[in-house]
Parts: sequence; C-alpha cells; structure tokens
Amino acid sequence: MNDTVIPMPASKKAKPTAVKDDAMNLQKELINANYMDLAQAHKQGRKVAATFVPGNLNELLMCFDLARSLPETNALQNGMRKKSGKFIMDAERDGHSEDVCTYVKADLGMMMGGEIGPTGDPLPVPDVLLLSYTGCFTFMKWFELIRHKYDVPTLMLHVPYQGSGRIDPNMRDYVVRQLKETIIPGLEKISGVKFDIDRLRQYMKESVKAEDDLVKVLQSAKNRPSPIDGYFGAVYYIGPIFTAFRGTPEATNYYRVLREEIEQRVREGRGPVTPEGDMKNEQYRLIVEGPPNWTSFRDFWKMFYDEGAVVVSSTYAKVGGLYDFGFRHDPDHPLESLAEYCLGCYTNLNLPSRIDMICNYIEEYQADGLLINSIKSCNSFSAGQLLMMREVEKRTGKPAAFIETDLVDPRYFSAANVKNRLESYFQMVKQKRTTGIGEGVRPVIPLHSVQ
Amino acid sequence: MTAITPVQAIVERCQALFDDLDFNAVKQWKAADPARKAIGYMPWYVPRELIHAAGFLPVGILGGGDSLEVIQGDAYYQSYICRIPRSTIELGLTGRLDCIDGMLFPSICDVIRNLSGMWQVLFPEKYVRYFDVPQNYQDNVGGHFYIHEMQGLREDLAKLRGKPITDEELNASIRVYNDNRAAVRELYAYRAQNPQQAPTSEVYLLGRAGMVLPPEEHTQLMRDYIRETDKIPRPKRDNARVVVTGSFCEQPPLALIKSLEMAGCYVVDDDYMLVSRWLLDEVPADADPLDELSKAFLHRSASMAAKYDATRAEKGVFLLKQVKTRGAEGVVFAAPSFCDPALLERPMLQDVLAKNNIPYTAFKYAENTGQMAPIREQAGTFADSIKLWSDAA
Repeated sequence: MNDTVIPMPASKKAKPTAVKDDAMNLQKELINANYMDLAQAHKQGRKVAATFVPGNLNELLMCFDLARSLPETNALQNGMRKKSGKFIMDAERDGHSEDVCTYVKADLGMMMGGEIGPTGDPLPVPDVLLLSYTGCFTFMKWFELIRHKYDVPTLMLHVPYQGSGRIDPNMRDYVVRQLKETIIPGLEKISGVKFDIDRLRQYMKESVKAEDDLVKVLQSAKNRPSPIDGYFGAVYYIGPIFTAFRGTPEATNYYRVLREEIEQRVREGRGPVTPEGDMKNEQYRLIVEGPPNWTSFRDFWKMFYDEGAVVVSSTYAKVGGLYDFGFRHDPDHPLESLAEYCLGCYTNLNLPSRIDMICNYIEEYQADGLLINSIKSCNSFSAGQLLMMREVEKRTGKPAAFIETDLVDPRYFSAANVKNRLESYFQMVKQKRTTGIGEGVRPVIPLHSVQ
Repeated sequence: MTAITPVQAIVERCQALFDDLDFNAVKQWKAADPARKAIGYMPWYVPRELIHAAGFLPVGILGGGDSLEVIQGDAYYQSYICRIPRSTIELGLTGRLDCIDGMLFPSICDVIRNLSGMWQVLFPEKYVRYFDVPQNYQDNVGGHFYIHEMQGLREDLAKLRGKPITDEELNASIRVYNDNRAAVRELYAYRAQNPQQAPTSEVYLLGRAGMVLPPEEHTQLMRDYIRETDKIPRPKRDNARVVVTGSFCEQPPLALIKSLEMAGCYVVDDDYMLVSRWLLDEVPADADPLDELSKAFLHRSASMAAKYDATRAEKGVFLLKQVKTRGAEGVVFAAPSFCDPALLERPMLQDVLAKNNIPYTAFKYAENTGQMAPIREQAGTFADSIKLWSDAA
C-alpha cells in the first residue's frame, strides 16, 4: 500500500497537505467523477434526480439512467471548502430563519449564487426530486423549498418512523406500495425508461459485495490498535456507498481496495491514517454520536489524534444504513429490501434503540466512553441526546461528554471551547481508568430492536 | 358591585382551566369512575375519536406556557431546541401528568418524534405511542397504512380498558366529534363576522378548554359562549383583520394574543389547536369508522407545515382560503423559535402571499416570552400600514 500526499480543498489559509491512502484517493476520484457526471448530464441528454442520503434509493434510480445529486453532500463539500458560510448568510438575507438547518440554507445559498457546485462545475437543476424524509422532517421542507423555486416534479416516499423500536409489517408494506404505485411509475414517466426489476436485482448484487466489505472495514476497529478512525476516517469510507455509487462496480472495487488496505494495516499493527500520517499511539478509544462539523473538519480531527484518541465506532457512519447489524440489500426481494433499508437507517430508530446501539458499541469495541457532538442544525440527531448521554453513562459506567458544533455554519464552531471540553474529557477518562470506577459494568439491555 | 355576566363566567372558567397546570379537571373527570383513563396527546393531530370510543378522555398537552418554571426540563435540551418539549418533560417529571395514563406523540417534527422515545425511557410504566399519519394521500396506499395505524391504536386502547372497541362505539364518537367540530366552525365563523364580540383571547381560551374537557361539554360551552356574548354588544374598533399562522404546536403566551388585539389586530383565523378543526367537514358515522376517518384525513383535512403538499400549486392554498373566506387584510406569521416546520414553511407562504398582494409580517416567540412591547409595536405598525394602504386604495 502506498501513502501519497495530495492537496487539501481550497482555503484562504496557507494550504496544508494531507496524507491519504489509496482508498481515500479513490474515494475522492469517485466523488469528483460524480460531480463531472452531473455537470454534463443534461448536455448528454440524461435526466438528473436529487435525493437524500438516509434511505436513498440509488439502485432504483440507476434503473432509470438518472444521474444522482445529493444536496447534503453538496452542502458538506461546500462546508469543507469554506464556501458554506457565505451561502448560509445569503439565504438568511433572502428571508430564511437563522434558527433552521444550515444544510438547507447552504444549498439554497448555492442556488442563489448560480448553481455552481463544490468542485466548481455547474450543478444542473434536477429533473425530479425523490423525497424520502427517512429520519428527518427537514428533508420534506427542503425539497418543498427547491420545488417552490424551480417547479420540479417531486416524488414523495414516506418512510414511517420506528416509534416502537421495530419495523412493523404495515410499515414495510406501506413503503413497498408507494414504490409500486407512485415512485416507480413516476420515475418511468420522468425518465422515459421502463422499469426492469432484473436490472434492479443486478445492482443489488453489487451492493451486497460493497456492504460486506464496508462492514469488515468498520468492524476492524475492534482490533487494538484500531486500524481506522470510525468517525473522521469513516466519513470518507461511507461516501460512495451512501451516495451515488452503491450498486456500481466502481463501488465494489473501492470497498475491496479499502478492505484490503485495512486488513494490511491490521497485519502490520498500524493505527489509523490521519492527515499527518499514521496515528502512532492509541490512548483513548471512543464512540461518537452525531454528525461531524465540516467547516473545521481537519482542525476538529486533529484535536483527537493529537491526544491519541481514536473513534472506534460512530453512529454517523450508520446514517445511510445499519449494515453492521446484518441488513443487506436482497436481490431476491428487491422492493421489500429497499423498504427495509429505508426504514432501518440510524435516525429512523427511536431513542431507546439508539441508546441500545451505543451501549452495544461501547462493549463490542471496548471503548473508553461516549462523546456526543451535538449539531445545532440537526434536531433529528440532537433532540434527546442529553438523555441518551445519561442513559449510556448509567448503563455502561463509562464516561460521556458533550460538545456542540454545527454542520456547515462556521459561526458555530468554537475551536477553543471544543478543545477545552475534549481535553477535560480525556482527563476524565484517564482518571476513571486509574480509579477503576465503572470497570466490569456491561450493558444490561440487549440490542433487540436494531435489525 | 356588579355580578358577572354569563359570558364572563364562561371565560373565567376557561381561564381557570388554562391556568391549571395540575390538570385538576382531568383528575375530577377520572374520579367519577375508577375505570376511566386519560390519554394525552401533543400537537397537532390525533384521531381523538378512538380515545373517546374507549371511554377515555383525550387530553391535549400543549406545554407549560409562561407560568411554569422549567428547571429539570432544561437539563434535557440544548439551547437551540424549542421550549415545548422541555416544559412538557417538566410537567412529567414534577408529577403533574401522573393523571395521564398514556401519551400519543403525533408525527409533527423531529423534536416531538424524539420526545416519544424519551418518554419511553423516562416513564416506562406509561403507555406511549408515536402516532404516524400518512404523507401519501391515495386510499390504497396512505389510507391503507393509516387504517392499520389507527387499528393498532384501537387495539392498544382496548387492552388498556380490557375489552375491544366496537364499530358502534367508534361511530358514536365520530358523531360526538362531528358536533364538536361543527361548534368550533360556528365559533370561528362568528368571530370572523363579529370579531369585537368574540375576541381571540377569549376564543383561544375556549379552544384550550377543549383540550381538557370531555368533547360533549366543550361543544356545549362554545355554543353557550356564542349565545351569551351575542347578547352584550361590545364596541367595534377600526382594527386590521388578520390571520395568524405558524402557531400550530408550541403555543404563544396568552399575553401575546392579547397584545395583537391591543395593537389593533382582529384575528379572524388562526392555526391554534388545529386538532379541533383538522377534519374540515362531517365524517360519515354510519359506515366503516376507520375507513371514514382515513378518507377525511386524506382528502378533507386542513393544511399545515408538517403535512406534505403533494404539488407546488397546493402550497399556500389553505392560507389563501383562510384570508379570503374570513375577509382578512393581512397575515401575521407567528412561529415559535427553533420551530423547523413553521420557519421552513414561512418563505414559501410569504412568496404566495406576495404574489397575491396580501401584506404580512413575521416574528418569533416562545411559550414563555415575557416582553410584549416589541411584538405590540410590530403588530401595531402592521395594522396601521394595512389601514393606510386600505385608505389609499
């Protein structure tokens, strides 16, 4: 495996460089290729669909030859490239409340600026908005806002919430009925392509290979030292599978390369790759709940690896699917499987299930504790996190900490505050280890509800 | 000393119910029969007919208002989350909701959705259900799902009372709520015609009474109010007629509603407590009850931010209808701080209003907002500008 040095995204500061492994480079190529694809789609006579990450129906959209644009990814890419702050303020000047989700405002601000995507390529106005608001009500308003601006046809896929902590057959049946009665006929009409279920099965067969490899990669963090960072590194790993690539041979190849790289790291006893090279000395193993901050992503990550803290598992890496609890797309039951996938995404789980899952991770990954990054923009994740923190502490005996940032609004990232809290937290973990308080305590409630 | 008029007595009773954060009215209702249970529900919509058919009392839980000191509830929420979930948790943790045997959390937003899980953790001995409503409006798709959801709730409630809920019981409850909705429509129509006779501060209190009283009693109370207030003429002011929108979940303090009126606005329609007029017409009470409730929801219900508008053309139509049918001259967007549905919906509605030359103004509040001067000034300026424009026209 070769480590290479490539430039980081544009910034007003002196440009830093980041160490990336082959898989990270491959991932970057895939994401950039999708932006190129989107830029050229209309010129090539192809239609474009916009859809969201959690519960996205990539395999189905590919059956209609649609190019795929994911507004959250556009917003986070703009955040990492330091472009989102202006977009958000432009949207606020245009009448959007300062209280609401900054992904939405970054997207609307980008539209106001002429629809130039994060890579500098033009982003086409979508031909269809496939609106599945799995796990997040804001998605519904987001696409209503885009529809209001561009008068684009919208197809709603209502995915019920797992309020009781399980997928009721009625919920699955409802999603399948919508796929048959509304979504597939709607996509046929817009794309002019007839639906072929065997084509869908074929894409799903590819999905399964990538899903198997992704799970092996994420679960490699059970090793000591962990060969990956299950949060900062994982956001690169989940990129292709949660967006426009699941079901493609490119994704299968990417996850095979990634798995092989990680297995090699395990054999060599190496820690995770960071922007400054391999992390040498694993001091703390953490579980993180909540999405990352994108505008200061690298600074945020550095606060962890400088202290020898590795995230061994995160809930955010499951936002587009809980593959590590056994779900796989099933080519033999394609529509039912799409329904299960949508219903099972992390933020579609109820609070008790999310608590169970975190307790389970703490045990399985031998973590020192839980860190919650509470995101101002994201009520879906954030509402209830303080209770989750208490419950996890109570049940595992492991220390938990709470920090607050935002997704793509640079006004809500206070580096000094976050660093102070993290340092205090690491001290707390160390102290707990010394005194032995909480040792031997294990989760008492089984993970019954996560499928 | 003058004796109070019947209308004053009604308003005072409603005010007492509104002020009572210990839900004594619910306790008194339960005390009459040990088999009685009370089922709480949060805004915006649950089919209360099912609860009523079980012989239980549906109780609207609309937060703690401005008189509840939130101490424990704040420890559960970050500063950027609205106030209604924290004051509701405060009500629960302080024992004020002990008389509530179960809670329903409708699908309105991510905060209330997540609160359903928090309730399961915090109050494991209580019945809790997240109640999903369809965003697909086809009978064989969304309707099919919704009937199953209602059937699930029906079975849960049947277990709580110890025997099944029959179709006859459900149809009887549909009749009761048809009558209640008719009375609400009469009250709203009366206010729109005679806003000086039915100030919104009073109409609001009547609506709040419906959150804790049995529907039969509430229906009678509203009709008594209309009859009694009509007997005593009140002075009519040259106020601007406005629709208030955005207040469908966390409620504004009563002082805010009074401030709007004092600032020169007659509120002629609103979206407070939509549950009581969500279904827009009579639900047939002589057929399959769940099927009829489903059809009413899918095809004949109000519009609000948490409900998907299937096409762009539908956006704002309900609000425009409120404005036109009530003879309103402007719209006041009054949304709670950090209310994602209302605040994300607002720019689209404002655009529709602008295209229809309907003036509007917007502000945010919290249920415990104390300073009314800025809102009064804003509403006063808005009312004055409407009057000036009207004169110019």
